[in-house]
Amino acid sequence: MMDKVKECMKIDWKAYQTKGFFDELIDAQGNVRSHGTQLAQFFANLSAEELVKARAVADLAIKEMGITFTVYNEGNMIDRAWPFDIIPRTIGKKEWQSVEVGLKQRVEALNLFIDDLYHDQKIIKDGVFPKGLLEKSVNFRQQCVGINPPNKIWAHICGSDLVRDGSGTMYVLEDNLRVPSGVSYMLENRSVMKRVFPELFEQVSILPVDDYPSQLFDMLAAMSARPQDKPEVVVLTPGVFNSAYFEHCYLAQEMGCELVEGRDLVVEKDDCVYMRTITGLQRVDVIYRRIDDLFLDPEAFLPESQLGVPGLMRAWSKGNVALVNAPGAGVADDKVVYAYVPEMIKYYLGEEAKLANVPTFKCLDPKECDHVIKNIDKLVVKPANESGGYGLLIGPKSTKKEQEACIAQIKADPRNWVAQPTLDLSTVPTFDGNKPDGRHTDLRPFILSSGKDTQVTTGGLTRVAMVKGSLVVNSSQGGGSKDTWIVDEEAK
Amino acid sequence: MLSRVGETLYWVSRYIERAENVARLINVNNLLMMDLPKGVCTGWEPLIDIIGVRKAYSENHTDFTEQKALRYLLVGSDNSSSILNSITSARESARTIRDVIPRDVWEEINSLYYYVKDNQKEGITKRGRFDYLKKIIDSAHQIFGALDATINHDQGYVFIRFGSIIERADMTSRILDIRSATLITNEEEVKPFDNIQWISLLRSLSAYQMYRQEMGVRVQRADVIEFVMHSKVFPRSILFCMNELKALVLPLPNSTEIIKSIDDAIVELENKDVRVLKNGLLHDFIDEIQIDLAGIHNGLAETYFLKQAE
Repeated sequence: MMDKVKECMKIDWKAYQTKGFFDELIDAQGNVRSHGTQLAQFFANLSAEELVKARAVADLAIKEMGITFTVYNEGNMIDRAWPFDIIPRTIGKKEWQSVEVGLKQRVEALNLFIDDLYHDQKIIKDGVFPKGLLEKSVNFRQQCVGINPPNKIWAHICGSDLVRDGSGTMYVLEDNLRVPSGVSYMLENRSVMKRVFPELFEQVSILPVDDYPSQLFDMLAAMSARPQDKPEVVVLTPGVFNSAYFEHCYLAQEMGCELVEGRDLVVEKDDCVYMRTITGLQRVDVIYRRIDDLFLDPEAFLPESQLGVPGLMRAWSKGNVALVNAPGAGVADDKVVYAYVPEMIKYYLGEEAKLANVPTFKCLDPKECDHVIKNIDKLVVKPANESGGYGLLIGPKSTKKEQEACIAQIKADPRNWVAQPTLDLSTVPTFDGNKPDGRHTDLRPFILSSGKDTQVTTGGLTRVAMVKGSLVVNSSQGGGSKDTWIVDEEAK
Repeated sequence: MLSRVGETLYWVSRYIERAENVARLINVNNLLMMDLPKGVCTGWEPLIDIIGVRKAYSENHTDFTEQKALRYLLVGSDNSSSILNSITSARESARTIRDVIPRDVWEEINSLYYYVKDNQKEGITKRGRFDYLKKIIDSAHQIFGALDATINHDQGYVFIRFGSIIERADMTSRILDIRSATLITNEEEVKPFDNIQWISLLRSLSAYQMYRQEMGVRVQRADVIEFVMHSKVFPRSILFCMNELKALVLPLPNSTEIIKSIDDAIVELENKDVRVLKNGLLHDFIDEIQIDLAGIHNGLAETYFLKQAE
């Protein structure tokens, strides 16, 4: 213990280097940004011993609370402790309010887009969205055509990834509309921080995040087809081996509803969904499903799926059960469709996008494809339908061989690829050994839509690339996270 | 209550009860061995028999030295009833129903798992053993206490209690079976130590104090057997456990059949004069009890647990 303390110095923000990046806490002149002043002061006042202790307390809390995530291909190892950094990321309340407005606008347009695609496809007829793109989309579900989910909402829960570039401008990097995960870590990060630095919360006006589970439940309950006081809402998980299993449990627990697996559910002759309980079958009204479309129902999709429930799509299409997010919602979350979101907003809402898209080259367009291949060493190249950072090529950090392999894949299926300039992602002070050092970061807020109102989490999940210089923030690829504070600077 | 969840609750609690019982058993054996002279000491072999893993043990071991037997009982990865395996199974099962288990209880199970795993060296050494085992027993009590005080006493709670009590009855019968067998065969030569061995049997069931209070007689064979099998007030006696099991399932739906099987077992047990049962006959009777317990488990599973894919 003593050795550790000696190594660990007090924090001196003057010595912190932003290295030409936009830093979330410290500006280019080396001054603390206004929303972070109290935080920076607090940390600077901590003794070396206190810092070491705080990090140990946080690690212990995470271990004891069993906050874990799962990594594929680890043999017997099912779960790993969640990598957490104790310095929160701060954002001013004013800036956040404008981000919120932008996110709501975006999700509204996305829902209109999905509903349009499964009905009249006006946006294609009007020549705004290319027909060819839809035909090749792997997430378009023929089984969903003509179906009217409650309130015409398909993407009830959206997790959009936000990043800043070198100038500090906030961009939307991608929208996750299938089964976005991470919200439980946002909530747990806050409760860890409360355990570690209770006194901080007295000093700084930090907007709370704890409301999310009840907002989520209210939204889910509102989707029930049976008007009644207590609709039966369940969370459908693929099971304990899924990488987000912790979150499925967490949300079910926080909402006080059942966590079910496919084998717990059955669709009876009346095309209603029931769960098997010790007192017999019990009707289910709303399923917050955390299983991908293709595994939902072996009758409608992959026949070999063991995770799903035979007949589920039948029950859903008849309106006997609500599925959240709706099957087929993923059609709007691939990375090629992403490029058209600003056009969608203009088309459906008659407005300019309030949150910027990262400039995106679509390999579908021969000219843009050519540009991507010629500049592959400068671009980030992404497959349209992968998540979790898999299949990504980061041009400047890749080898010649990797680039050639990627070009071959692009040529084989141009529609499946997009590319974006490498952004100088903003950094945030993160403990590296004994002192804070800048690490690249993003932010995933969650947006809930019920058709009657739309709610955005206060802040979201801040992910950081724990490895120096790395741009990959996914927990499955060595990323970590920290608490996110929306700070009300005016509150006294 | 989902059938799968009811089933998992049952197993979580059964595994924790098992870990606690094995810890208690090792602890008492440990203390007993300090009192017995080398020549008559039964060593660790009976414990391997009590938890019913002799066959598996013999596959990888040729003797029953303290180090080997203890390692096997505490953390043996090839021993399905080792403390570590029981706690691991409890934790893995609990993980699949984290949504229904109170947070504090989950955190305690989780911490216990890390404790048992990270401190296994302590358990093997003579010095650290007592504290290691005591911590496991305390932690199990804390888990059951927290469950009792914080979870809704609904159907799920019935399965938690049921798992724990059926395991308890099972373990009591095993301890009685093996301990009395090894004791009785040596009856003449170990006369001076007879007493402390029966005391040790009572202690492995945490029954010594209660025996004194309830029976009010010196520790002797017939009374000990009577007490651990027939006591209506001692919570680890087999009869007490069976009465508990019956009371638990009474309010459940569709419980007629399982109640009948428990009733039959109770009648059989009550009508037996266990005081006079000698070696072989006692063993045979305990066999019957174990078959009854297995039948009760099967009845419960049949009626309430999730059926395998139809």
